[in-house]
Amino acid sequence: MSFDVAAVRRQFPILSVVVDGRPVHYLDNGASAQTPDAVLDAVRVYETTGRANVLRGVHRLAERATEAYENARAEVAAFLGVPEMEVVFTGGCTAAINLVAYSYGSLLKPGDRILVSELEHHSNIVPWQMLRQRAGIELDFAPVTVDGRIDLDALPRLLTPRTKLVSVAHVSNVTGSLVDVRAVVTLARTVGAKVMLDGAQRAPHGPLDLPALGIDFYVFAGHKAYGPNGIGALWARAELLEAMPPFHGGGSMIGRVTKAETTWAPPPRRFEAGTPPIGPAIGLGAACKWMRALDWTDAHAHEMALVERLMGGLQKIDGAQLFGPASLQNRYPVVSFTLDGVHPHDVAQTLDSFGVAVRAGHHCAQPLMDRFDLDGTTRVSIAPYNDKTDIDALLTGVEHAARTLR
Amino acid sequence: MTDQLYQDRIVALAKARTGAGKLSDPTKSARRDNPLCGDRVVVDVRLDGEGRILEFAHQVRGCLLCQASASALSAVAVGRDAAGVEALRHDAERALGREAGEPHEPFDAFKPVQNHKSRHECVLLPFEALRDALT
Repeated sequence: MSFDVAAVRRQFPILSVVVDGRPVHYLDNGASAQTPDAVLDAVRVYETTGRANVLRGVHRLAERATEAYENARAEVAAFLGVPEMEVVFTGGCTAAINLVAYSYGSLLKPGDRILVSELEHHSNIVPWQMLRQRAGIELDFAPVTVDGRIDLDALPRLLTPRTKLVSVAHVSNVTGSLVDVRAVVTLARTVGAKVMLDGAQRAPHGPLDLPALGIDFYVFAGHKAYGPNGIGALWARAELLEAMPPFHGGGSMIGRVTKAETTWAPPPRRFEAGTPPIGPAIGLGAACKWMRALDWTDAHAHEMALVERLMGGLQKIDGAQLFGPASLQNRYPVVSFTLDGVHPHDVAQTLDSFGVAVRAGHHCAQPLMDRFDLDGTTRVSIAPYNDKTDIDALLTGVEHAARTLR
Repeated sequence: MTDQLYQDRIVALAKARTGAGKLSDPTKSARRDNPLCGDRVVVDVRLDGEGRILEFAHQVRGCLLCQASASALSAVAVGRDAAGVEALRHDAERALGREAGEPHEPFDAFKPVQNHKSRHECVLLPFEALRDALT
């Protein structure tokens, strides 16, 4: 393996920042990843040399802004392996799911069903519950296996001819498990259901080939994928976008407005009402370009070597228990654990005192916590810029918590 | 390593688990959840005819700070009515630096939490539950 982690780290200014006298061991990438110079520079170039509104202006700055905004869409599309007119910029991953729940959801009839799983982030549960309340659809939950994977064996009995959409996490934000997309798509197609993947935890780990996955919708967040906050993306097949009514009304998303009625712009503009988050979109485009330039074979091997080091270290700590797949196969570098007798927040607080940033709690996945009767977990989420010192500092902190807090 | 937060008094309060459990015949019970972190507190109180606490018990599914706070509250709640419990809360708020003044025992133990604002709610959650039970 020839992955040069030091070279990657040098591209992230925050990693050289010292907080309270010590470097930050940032292992909370699943909540928000850090941002490389390439992204910061792209946003700064827009803000300082091309800041203007997009689409409507004829002056040179407006043309520059529009070109940069649409180039960003092309970068996102290239990252996903899809046509750029199928990429919709949204306010984030949650906003993208809400868009689908509203717009695709408005095509559904009372009694139609949507299938999610017990391990979903609240953002892939609550919009569907709201649709259930609004439109009378039914919501089904696929169970989760003891090792934190969606139990695909249960899908055949849960799928019905009324199931219109299967919406699941591509990678769990709690257990790191990778769903078997091919199996989900094959099963969903037996009843004619569409498939949406919540890619929030998968997108930060390299380019995708969405057409090859055979799915219908994909969503991800910019800030978890080395981009700015306030931006995300929805991809959907052109014919689906074409059939879907708008989510928000306003400027930019119209064909023609009269006092009597309004016609809609074609996708993707139909779903981008008002002035979009232009700078963040440009930043996301730069983040996608940055990810495409990285050798992900080596980067992923590096990430998973850190997962192995982490899991091996945790197994040596009395009372530390992994929650999720024990193997390195079909998983991504998101690792949850519990420490007997110590609440996850106290583990995380102790780790902070060692300069280690992690996330603790229910991870916006309360149904999963309920399923396993957990108060929460401590979650370590790894990015390509993490190194062995991050993992070792974490293990030292967990040992300290185990020794002092119970 | 600068874990000034988990000082001995806080850890001791949590480990003491004073008042942990259920009452067999509570006059009132209340549950409070912290939606941000998932901490959960259930309190049971037995009251006299004038609303004073005769017995107090708590069940905490939460962090060490929440457990320590419930334990501290349990040690001083008996004999107080709603106004008396509010006085205790002011003491806890003073310990957290949210109100002016010096806190008293046992809530002065929580002064190390002052600079950890994201954890203030952990300390106050038992008070929220008890307030619900008394109103």
